[in-house]
Amino acid sequence: MNRLVKKSVSNFFAFKIPTKSLCTGVVKVPGSNVAEILNENEKKENTTSNSIQQYDIAIVGGGLVGMALASFLASMPMTKQLSVAIIDSNPALSGSMSIKKEDPPDPRVSTVTPATISFMKDAGAWKYVEQNRHAYFDKMQVWDYTGLGYARYNARDVNKDFLGCVAENKVLHSALLSCIQDSDFKRTIYPLRLNSMTLNRSSMSVVEENMSSRESSSAQGQCARLQLSDGNSIYAKLVVGADGGKSRVRELAGFKTTGWNYSQNAIICTVEHPSENRCAWQRFLPTGPIALLPIGDKFSNIVWTMSPTESNQRKSIAEEEFLKDVNSALDYGYGPHPTSSLSGTQDLFSWFQMDTTVSANESFEVPPKITKLVSERMVFPLSLRHANSYASKRVVLIGDAAHTVHPLAGQGVNLGFGDAYSLSRVIAEGIALGTDIGEVNLLKKYEAERKPANISMMAILESFQKAYSVDFGPFNILRAAAFHGANYIPPLKRTIISYASGEQNFPVFL
Amino acid sequence: MALNVTIHRILRHRRFLNSANSTLHLTNTRCFSHAPSPSPSQSSKANDKDPHSGSSSLKDNELAKFAAISDTWWDSEGPFKPLHLMNPTRLAFIRSTLCRHFKRDPYSTRPFERLKIVDVGCGGGILSEPLARLGATVTGVDAVEKNIKIARLHADLDPTTSTIEYCCTTAEKLVEEGRTFDAVMALEVIEHVANPEEFCKSLAALTNPDGATVVSTINRSMRAYATAIVAAEYILHWLPKGTHQWSSFLTPEELAMILHRAGINVEEMAGFVYNPLTGRWLLSDDISVNFIAFATKSQNAI
Repeated sequence: MNRLVKKSVSNFFAFKIPTKSLCTGVVKVPGSNVAEILNENEKKENTTSNSIQQYDIAIVGGGLVGMALASFLASMPMTKQLSVAIIDSNPALSGSMSIKKEDPPDPRVSTVTPATISFMKDAGAWKYVEQNRHAYFDKMQVWDYTGLGYARYNARDVNKDFLGCVAENKVLHSALLSCIQDSDFKRTIYPLRLNSMTLNRSSMSVVEENMSSRESSSAQGQCARLQLSDGNSIYAKLVVGADGGKSRVRELAGFKTTGWNYSQNAIICTVEHPSENRCAWQRFLPTGPIALLPIGDKFSNIVWTMSPTESNQRKSIAEEEFLKDVNSALDYGYGPHPTSSLSGTQDLFSWFQMDTTVSANESFEVPPKITKLVSERMVFPLSLRHANSYASKRVVLIGDAAHTVHPLAGQGVNLGFGDAYSLSRVIAEGIALGTDIGEVNLLKKYEAERKPANISMMAILESFQKAYSVDFGPFNILRAAAFHGANYIPPLKRTIISYASGEQNFPVFL
Repeated sequence: MALNVTIHRILRHRRFLNSANSTLHLTNTRCFSHAPSPSPSQSSKANDKDPHSGSSSLKDNELAKFAAISDTWWDSEGPFKPLHLMNPTRLAFIRSTLCRHFKRDPYSTRPFERLKIVDVGCGGGILSEPLARLGATVTGVDAVEKNIKIARLHADLDPTTSTIEYCCTTAEKLVEEGRTFDAVMALEVIEHVANPEEFCKSLAALTNPDGATVVSTINRSMRAYATAIVAAEYILHWLPKGTHQWSSFLTPEELAMILHRAGINVEEMAGFVYNPLTGRWLLSDDISVNFIAFATKSQNAI
């Protein structure tokens, strides 16, 4: 359990924690003619015959973002002929694990925004998600413990059918895997870990010196060489680091990061309630927000951020106690309900009468009562981390390896999907113009596109996190005013919704 | 500083070295009117780096200047950075015009399969390598031996580009050998040539009937003086001082005219515009500074 927690810690973002078990063994899949998995013997033969495998792209990390990149590359005509190696020791990648529909929902879930859904639809992976348990939600309610204000969001405010979809990470992951297996994309999965990496950064003069002492690997002079945990190596023109918050690629390539640890942990678990839930609830408490997300049927997922001591305590108490705590946190605990001001404050904004949003007319609702805990409680520490640059010669970072955020807005993995989408488009553009895909000027285009968007999202989440950690009278009133503004000023509300849905890259209020 | 001044003077004089009459030096020898151009004793494509034109001391200076930075051809942060940044934009134009002309699938990853292309003045192979990756059979020529060596070494690092043929020669010599190609590229070369008209005749001779010729250069406009010479060489230090001579720039009309005289018709022209905010080059209709011309040789021409 500790091992699982430790490994999962590095991959925690949004409401999702992907499985990354420490399996260094080789997984054989009988009868799988689609995913080619090399076993140790084959690899030994390869090295003795002195031909080290060469790939166009090596994706280190086969989690949600790594597999998303692979499936985006597989779905575009310019890039589907690339040979890709995916390095991840997770046995789920072998395709031998299937999802049983009768299982209760896994507590590791992610909220995917409409932008991410459209990327996955383009790649042809979304249909697999819909075959398994998933939950679209069209309403959201955000309030805090002071009871001074609340905000309700409805998909109809922006003329859409849903605000997002919540799905278990294993569902998303297997959908991406199936999408790749569908196409005849040349990918090889290496169920190993990356030990070290040599990047050929030498100038031409050094290359000239080496020419005389070259062995057979003349054609690999321009590639990065990756040494895997079983001792073998592969060459790749481009190495993509999609290996999570504690990225080994980032470490080996020498990228510096900025960031800090929040003195908060998050508890996640799956719960059950008597009626169906189609709304996402989030209440900001003095110690951190608690969120209730629908996951399908009568199940929902809880993500509760609190101090480390509290989290350890809540993890170990009995189920009934825990459920009481949860219900109180969602209901009357810590403070009163906000009054639904259908008269009163709304007069202030009556000049927006012509342009009101559907949700402005909805009154405050109390979240559903939780009746049962159906999964174990998992605890993860939270931190903020950002790589100072995303790309250098032959190496690029995407997903959590580049940025880790607070889960309070469910944006983490969506930023990662945005990275994967942008990188796949940049690679396609490079191939169209005959560029060497490891060339740093090309990779910098990806960085120039994603860095500002990621940084602005991180700044906003960080400011929310700081704003809600202060319990001070006048400040609480300010926050309440912000709630009212967001709830009753339609253009602002629409901007918030489309920014959070990923339709807009920057929160420009226009 | 002295060296710069010397090089500047040498570059200026190089062009007139071939003219028999020194008084012609004072008149505009690059006259594209009906008056006959001064017939030089040799009609070679006299590149700055051409070892044949000039005394041995001159040759040493020239070659030394280019040889000094030729190691940095493939350093994308080095002195050739502007060229590296401009390269994708040039390739975008080349890809779209050649695909249209040779009726190739624009969505293919190797649209230039089976096309023979020559890159005249290839330098370190910055243009040749992407062309090879797009499927073409590429021959790169340059008059500076060191450039060819660097190009060969770099191309051999990748199996797709190791098929490029590099020769240390001139366009004229290739014509003498009787070689022809489906597409002839002369990007950023013609402004360094002593006799552009002869050079264009050589380019035409290298092109197959119904083949394509692509020439890019800098416009002889006030704006180009301000940007390509003053800003690029003296203020931003993107290029070594003395790389370009404003008087040797060609206007698009002049280029079209001398190509036409050589039997090649310009069909399309585009400009490159630099956006200082994003640091990227874009294709545009603005041909006032850098421009590129796509021309074809008619089917009936010899």
